[in-house]
Amino acid sequence: MRARALPAPAGRGARLRLLPAVPLLTVAVLTVPVGAGLLGTALPAIGVMPALGHAAPGLGPFRDLFAWPGLADALRLSAVTGLAATALALAVTVAILASWSETRAFGAIRRALAPLLSVPHAAAAFGLAFLIAPSGWAMRALSPWATGMERPPDWLVVQDPWGLALIAGLVAKEVPFLLLMSIAALGQTDARRAATVARSLGHGREAGWLRAVFPRLYAQIRLPVYVVLAYSMTVVDVAAILGPTTPPPLSVQIVRWMNDPDLALRLRAAAGAVVQLALVAAALGLWRAGEAGVAALGRAWVRSGRRGPRGRGPAALSLALAGLAAGVVLAGLGVLALWSVAAFWAFPDAAPEALTLRSWARHGPELARLLATTGAIAGLAALAALVLAVGCLEAETRYGLSIRRGGLWILYAPLLVPQVAFLPGLQGAFLTAGTTPGLVAVTAAHLVFVFPYVFLSLGDPWRAWDARLATVARSLGAGTGGVLWRVRLPMLLGPALTAFAVGFAVSVGQYLPTLLVGGGRVATVTTEAVALAAGGDRRAIGVHALAQTGAALLPFALALALPRLVWRNRRGMQDA
Amino acid sequence: MMGADATDRGLRLEGVRIERAGGATLLALDLAVAPGEVVAVMGPSGAGKSTLLAAVMGTLAPPFALRGRVTLDGRDVTAAPPERRGIGILFQDDLLFPHLSVGENLAFGLSRRVRGRAARRAAVEAALAEAGLAGMAGRDPATLSGGERLRAALMRTLLAEPRALLLDEPFSSLDQDRRDRMRRLVFARATARGLPVLMVTHDPADAAAAGGPVVRLGAG
Amino acid sequence: MIRTLPAALVALPGLALAEPDPADWDAVLEAARGQTVYWSAWGGSTATNDFIAWVGERVAEDHGVTVEHVKLADTADAVSRVLAEKSAGQDTGGAVDLIWINGENFAAMKEADLLFGPFAEDLPNWRYVDVEGKPVRTDFTVPTEGYESPWAAAQVVFMYDSADMEPLPSMAALLDWAKANPGRFTYPQPPDFLGATFLKQALYGLVDDPEVLLQPADEADYAAVTAPLWDFVEELTPHLWRQGRAYPQSGPRQLQLMADDEIDLAISFSPGEASAAIADFRLPDTVRTFVSEGGTIGNASFVAIPYNASAKAGAMVVANVLLSPEAQAHALDPEVLGYGTVLDMGKLPPAARARFEEVPLGVATLPPEALGPTLPEPHPSWMERIEADWIARFGTGD
Repeated sequence: MRARALPAPAGRGARLRLLPAVPLLTVAVLTVPVGAGLLGTALPAIGVMPALGHAAPGLGPFRDLFAWPGLADALRLSAVTGLAATALALAVTVAILASWSETRAFGAIRRALAPLLSVPHAAAAFGLAFLIAPSGWAMRALSPWATGMERPPDWLVVQDPWGLALIAGLVAKEVPFLLLMSIAALGQTDARRAATVARSLGHGREAGWLRAVFPRLYAQIRLPVYVVLAYSMTVVDVAAILGPTTPPPLSVQIVRWMNDPDLALRLRAAAGAVVQLALVAAALGLWRAGEAGVAALGRAWVRSGRRGPRGRGPAALSLALAGLAAGVVLAGLGVLALWSVAAFWAFPDAAPEALTLRSWARHGPELARLLATTGAIAGLAALAALVLAVGCLEAETRYGLSIRRGGLWILYAPLLVPQVAFLPGLQGAFLTAGTTPGLVAVTAAHLVFVFPYVFLSLGDPWRAWDARLATVARSLGAGTGGVLWRVRLPMLLGPALTAFAVGFAVSVGQYLPTLLVGGGRVATVTTEAVALAAGGDRRAIGVHALAQTGAALLPFALALALPRLVWRNRRGMQDA
Repeated sequence: MMGADATDRGLRLEGVRIERAGGATLLALDLAVAPGEVVAVMGPSGAGKSTLLAAVMGTLAPPFALRGRVTLDGRDVTAAPPERRGIGILFQDDLLFPHLSVGENLAFGLSRRVRGRAARRAAVEAALAEAGLAGMAGRDPATLSGGERLRAALMRTLLAEPRALLLDEPFSSLDQDRRDRMRRLVFARATARGLPVLMVTHDPADAAAAGGPVVRLGAG
Repeated sequence: MIRTLPAALVALPGLALAEPDPADWDAVLEAARGQTVYWSAWGGSTATNDFIAWVGERVAEDHGVTVEHVKLADTADAVSRVLAEKSAGQDTGGAVDLIWINGENFAAMKEADLLFGPFAEDLPNWRYVDVEGKPVRTDFTVPTEGYESPWAAAQVVFMYDSADMEPLPSMAALLDWAKANPGRFTYPQPPDFLGATFLKQALYGLVDDPEVLLQPADEADYAAVTAPLWDFVEELTPHLWRQGRAYPQSGPRQLQLMADDEIDLAISFSPGEASAAIADFRLPDTVRTFVSEGGTIGNASFVAIPYNASAKAGAMVVANVLLSPEAQAHALDPEVLGYGTVLDMGKLPPAARARFEEVPLGVATLPPEALGPTLPEPHPSWMERIEADWIARFGTGD
């Protein structure tokens, strides 16, 4: 079935019958797991969990949840950190693009994206925590000669009750994601010419860009921005490392309840998951309203005709912000690398007292096995997602069978619905279906999360592709298949490979789906790293974080290098 | 063509009506373009000029629907997919495929009847020479000038041996001097091959240069 | 008997005709050969991971059983898995074969009928177990009844940096020291097990009559008994690391704070942990340990087998190997784990005893006679209520 679903150049008749089914198949791939998972969460939330002897529905779990004294703070933390991180990440992204797109420096920023994106969130969070903690690298580098401190000060820098460290960590990781999505979108808007026109009308670089390009760009990256918002509000691993703990954000607390030995707390966790879902929906609504407000202000600004500053001051600031975001992630990774080879390393020494390869020797053989599993799952999931995405988009092109028509929310469900809200239910569904935990089941579960990113990543360049090229190709005698294979896909090689790399990296980063659907039997570098993170052994975390980063980095490097290599003699393909 | 009487030859639009979903009519038209004749369609933006070409090409997409018949040399092509219609098209932009060399672009449309690598290469070289682009087969299209690219696009279209040619504002990207030369080249090649040409334009000079009938759409 | 049944019936999947019987050990060994045991155990410590790998090598070599360590961030993940399987009606062929477990997780699984057994007291190596001196037959006052098998003994000790401070004999002394040295002490945030243990240890040090703690909390005057504890915690909190506004989330994170010199004092549930961590560069070599006067809480770590495990025979073989003198002496080595043994030296043959005598204690480990008396874990209801109260008072903001 799967082999036949692949569009084969021959078998025109078969393709005609199968292609229209791809969007339907994809909708099923996305909705069945999320729906089954949500049902599996909703039932315990209203008090139905037969395995624990709870059969009668009721509002007990919600009453129990609302009686928890930390609820208000946990909700506030989820909402505030999510909204603040998203707004800041978007602001930094826009600042960088406004000042630097179409400059030579932008090439460097662009090249830095892949390594930044492939640093796993948890690893980046650890790196950041160790950089800025009172006993962290920054203080070590300055102590005791500058600070006079022989001991770390008792400052509440990480895990602060306002969630500032958490926001900082999220911003540092989401800026590269938004930049990547923006660059993909910019290639398809007529940004260069619009910005030039705006500058010719006397606007400063930034002001002109904001007026002429940003509105069009935002329309294209709106959904990735929503994903960032939903993710920032519900992230578990980063929040557990950088976020406050008294109380933690709601998502972390839900996972704690799910992990509590008192099995009855699973009902409260389910109720919490439902509330988390509602909170995400409310925050998205608020953001949406904010968009309208900003748009109104922006139009007033455009009408005012003010030209904005023309100096390079804003540019320097945005570059500093970008450098800070990138520097934090890369320096954090550097610190983890140092920890992976560290012997004892006391405060306030700026470096370990000795270097040793003991940690690598200890974890090396296991790592090779983990990387093979990780790569197999990620490669399969990303490839399947890419085939489905191309199938959906081609069906959209040929038959107008837009996945949008079936509800864009369906596509976003796996990204917008908190993982804690439907994965435990999904695990139950897999079990009920009698699936043996294994690579196939895990890959299928990853596909649910990988597909939306792949589709998002490929969808915009796909739709923005000049359809007149297809008309020309068909007037030259090419059939629909010929247009796809001979013109469209080759021209979209870069976006397709980027989409694959994004999917690969997303798969590499999955923790909860791997753990729950794999029944714990499928170990990847990420499950290993998070398990180690629970123990806080920085040496082991360093080794695994580097391995994880490498696993995600390789496809990005290929996605960048391959089109350059293949199209090295085609100047018209360099911007695509 | 068999049994077709001479008046059937060329491109004919019989009772063509383009409707939006819901039934509102965008345009209604009867038109016959004889072989070697250039018919100019003029009208303001939004009058449906490009939509008309899409209908003739067979690439009309929702929310539009086509009623009536399109025939080419007596054959009803209304339901045929674009690649089976034998209609070539040129746009304002050259739309050379950026991932292929100039020669590969031309070979893309070259009829399958031309067999053998050497024969196909020769056909491409000959076409390039005809358009003053001799020796450019191996070039990256992005390294050509605007005029060169348009000429390459024209030859690519002609190599596919169409039986009708559509032009969608084909010269508006060129400066005045090149525009004249390009017009002459396109009309000369099309007339030499006896192709019916349907041209959409908003430039009266285009219509005048074509020297054929002018159809006005919409309010204009 | 089974042989007389029609072959087709025997082959029917899901017919649990042949549950392995630990009393017939030879049959267990035979059934276990070739099995793969998925052992769910906390994966947060490289030392325990290495030890489990070592156990895997032993059972593979001696009994042909393959051990796959399923590394968990939290033991409850395995409990959830078994629960999810039961919810889905998967009563055989479960994904979890063996769980490193104790305390609340055990009580919860036992109560929900999620465990296989009894098997522990039929294991051949059970005869060496110190059933009198070590808390191996009750787990947080819950009788184990053979549903879990012990493999390590643990006792609360305090780790301190001898470069900065002296041992503290009592909770009162700890409070005075904390006031004089603000920000230099913290404990893992309850409901983390170790953090909750600190509260219980403090309660033992502050309560008049410890006997009451062995009864369910409902049967005592909970408010009166715990009042001194809350006074103590209220007074201590402003002098904690980060003024008690943040806490380390686990024992090893607390250890990391000590290595970073952010704190000088930390609680541990393993007398050998400090030595092992020093050997591993995870603690400075100036760290030593002490115990409170009047004794400290002790308990045992166990392994249990889910009721629907796929490789019950193999799991029992692993449990038995864990009780072997060889494995117990290996675990005692601070270079390996530094975990206390659950075996009774007096029951061991001389050669086996010699293995234990050869193990160096490590620089920071107290000798057994200095560890003082072991206090039993209070009834779990105390821990539940204390955790809940702590979270309400200190864990949900100012």
